Amino acid sequence: MKQQIIISGLGGQGALTITRVLAEAAAALGLEVLTSETHGMAQRGGTVISMIKVGPFRGPLIPAGRADVGLFLHAKNLGVHRFYLRGDAGVFVNAGVPGNYQGVDAGSLARQLGAPVAANLILLGYAAGKGGLFCEADLLEQVIREKTPARFREINLKALRAGVDAAAA
Amino acid sequence: MEKENLKQIEQRILMGNEAIARGLIESGVTLAASYPGTPASEILQAVAAFAKEEAIPLHAEWSVNEKVAFETALANSYTGRRAAVSMKQVGLNVASDPFLRSAYLGVKGGLVVISADDPGPHSSQTEQDSRFFAMFAKVPVFDPSSPREAKEMVDRAFELSEKYEIPVMIRPTTRVCHARQNIPLLTPERLAQGAHFEKNPGRWCATPQYLKELHRGLNQKIEEIAGEEDFYPILTPGDDSFPGACIIASGVALAHTWDLLEEMRLLRRLDLYQVTLPYPLHRAFINNIKGRYQRVLVLEETYPVIELQLAVDQVQGRGTKMVPGAGELTPEVIRPVIEKFLDLPPAPAVISLGGEATRPTLCAGCGHRAAFYAIRETFPEGIFPSDIGCYTLGMNLGAVDTCHCMGAGISQAAGFYRAYAATGEKVPPIVATIGDSTFFHAGVPALINAVFHGARIMVVILDNATTAMTGHQPTPETGPTARGETAHPVLLADLVRACGAGLLKEADPYDLPGFMDLLQEAGEYCRGDNGGVAVVIAKHPCILEREARKHQPVLEMCVTEDCTGCRHCLDDFECPALYLDEATDQVVIDGARCIGCGVCVHVCPAGAIEAKAKDQS
Repeated sequence: MKQQIIISGLGGQGALTITRVLAEAAAALGLEVLTSETHGMAQRGGTVISMIKVGPFRGPLIPAGRADVGLFLHAKNLGVHRFYLRGDAGVFVNAGVPGNYQGVDAGSLARQLGAPVAANLILLGYAAGKGGLFCEADLLEQVIREKTPARFREINLKALRAGVDAAAA
Repeated sequence: MEKENLKQIEQRILMGNEAIARGLIESGVTLAASYPGTPASEILQAVAAFAKEEAIPLHAEWSVNEKVAFETALANSYTGRRAAVSMKQVGLNVASDPFLRSAYLGVKGGLVVISADDPGPHSSQTEQDSRFFAMFAKVPVFDPSSPREAKEMVDRAFELSEKYEIPVMIRPTTRVCHARQNIPLLTPERLAQGAHFEKNPGRWCATPQYLKELHRGLNQKIEEIAGEEDFYPILTPGDDSFPGACIIASGVALAHTWDLLEEMRLLRRLDLYQVTLPYPLHRAFINNIKGRYQRVLVLEETYPVIELQLAVDQVQGRGTKMVPGAGELTPEVIRPVIEKFLDLPPAPAVISLGGEATRPTLCAGCGHRAAFYAIRETFPEGIFPSDIGCYTLGMNLGAVDTCHCMGAGISQAAGFYRAYAATGEKVPPIVATIGDSTFFHAGVPALINAVFHGARIMVVILDNATTAMTGHQPTPETGPTARGETAHPVLLADLVRACGAGLLKEADPYDLPGFMDLLQEAGEYCRGDNGGVAVVIAKHPCILEREARKHQPVLEMCVTEDCTGCRHCLDDFECPALYLDEATDQVVIDGARCIGCGVCVHVCPAGAIEAKAKDQS
């Protein structure tokens, strides 16, 4: 099993959180996993990218044109980071308008849940629900239940579920 | 075999920095000191966390700067106890004085120096190579290619350090520090480590008469380490598809190269060496390379440390311009180098769509924004030297003109004053800005110097009660210690007074009109008959701190029809919660980002931004 995933967003949108959830999910399946994250100044609202490599890799970076899946927390970032994706990659975007990707209005759904910052997990649930990830939504749910600090646990689980439901709709 | 072991041992997903911390704990470190800086910040936090988890009573501290951290760890080692000091690469510049001498004098208990490099750079003022610094200091240095390797190297580094009584460096890079990987955890060693300082003035106070001998001894140690079998580079042999050619790589460049060769179906088709100890490079290895290969490609970040030690004609690398002389060695950079080296047709380049990345900005509601706005509005003709931290983003508001290194803003302000004063022309208002943590780190000597020499400058200390950019480490004023213990607070205002500043004011910059009045007063003091350094402490806690947010009023903000679309609030205040509605040409508030601080009310020249108390119902 090998899968290379990029997560693109703006600092503060929670790219790191879903990176960690995916890494834990890979480990729970007994797979090797390597991730790469943006820290420091760019985190202050600037463009950020995380990479997740599941399987027997040694380097944490995904070369341009090689990612199998892209999760975009901000549609504007398609122009910045889409070049990392293969031509036939799964592209999941937090977007209210249709485009050449699989879109879900995670921002609006998150506001409906009363947790605007949970759009990240809605997008994650959506990608899993569409069968785009190396693991099932159930495993992600289990990881969130076990690894999320108590005060975010319920809302994060709700958000993930909302994303999965949106994928089925 | 390896798989079976992994099943029995607990594995955890750890960030590279956490992996290094775990390695320190497992190796029985007794003291860890650090000053935060990307990409090294998480190491000390994780040391404290693992110590708590394992109930190990070590001392972990956020020192006031890297030099102090180094010296504290060094003396701990003098007593025979294992110690570690961690920092970012430019932190090693600050600690360079004790670092260089520690190579000569040596250590007792193992001393591991972690200096994290930032090729790119992503969040640093240089992309210098700490391995080069280690070579300059004559200190052995490990170069991990992954978090797992970084953890394993910690124990090897302690052993090497104690065997030769020499400090040993581990040099991870951003891509190791901020990578995460599944990593096996081992039981921490509980070494009996009493404190026994053996007095030896000839060594620990070595005066020049002793140093030649100590230097000779250091050379001897390096000579012997260069012959240690353990550090012979690791060969993954090829099948002679490319006779006479080999690749030598270290650090994360090795990891990228490995993945690329695999993808290109070239892995195990030519000899690939991983150097784990780039300095001193193994002596027999150098001879072997000279004798066996006609063409050698060296891939390492960021300076030619291995390349210089190989010093043979057949090496292709930075010296031959085969490898770019600046920037990070990402897979996109390495691939064409390998193709060229092996004379392969280039893969079609992947074209970026050229979308514009969003630049970082101070958070909505950040107290620094209010302070910067006030400074620039009060002194439109001013010169604004600044410093290292979140507030470097004051550039976006035109209120940061220089950013150099920790503490430089105050000294630069004094330097600017001297330059203008010497010409006899009108001296522009000069306002240095510096964060609270940075002031403690390196601002104090600069302030003393400016006061003593009568520089007529203003210094605004941006006091957000934390070290925000690197992840909210405590400051000496706020505490607690890295281990969560109550500390003896050192107050900024006391320090400033003790440094002799002639005028000191403290205020919350959220009150823009009041803060601007204070700045006027400071400016008048500077220019006055007996003027000198005026210090204003701008106090507003970082709004990313949950506790601080609780104590802050939240206002309901709206923009009225009076908005003229003049863009003053967008261009000069630059709050990310304000944007222009293209359709109406009026400013709108982004409810998701606005935290209701209300500062922008004072910014709008048309009075079109209004605030009211939030409806609590």
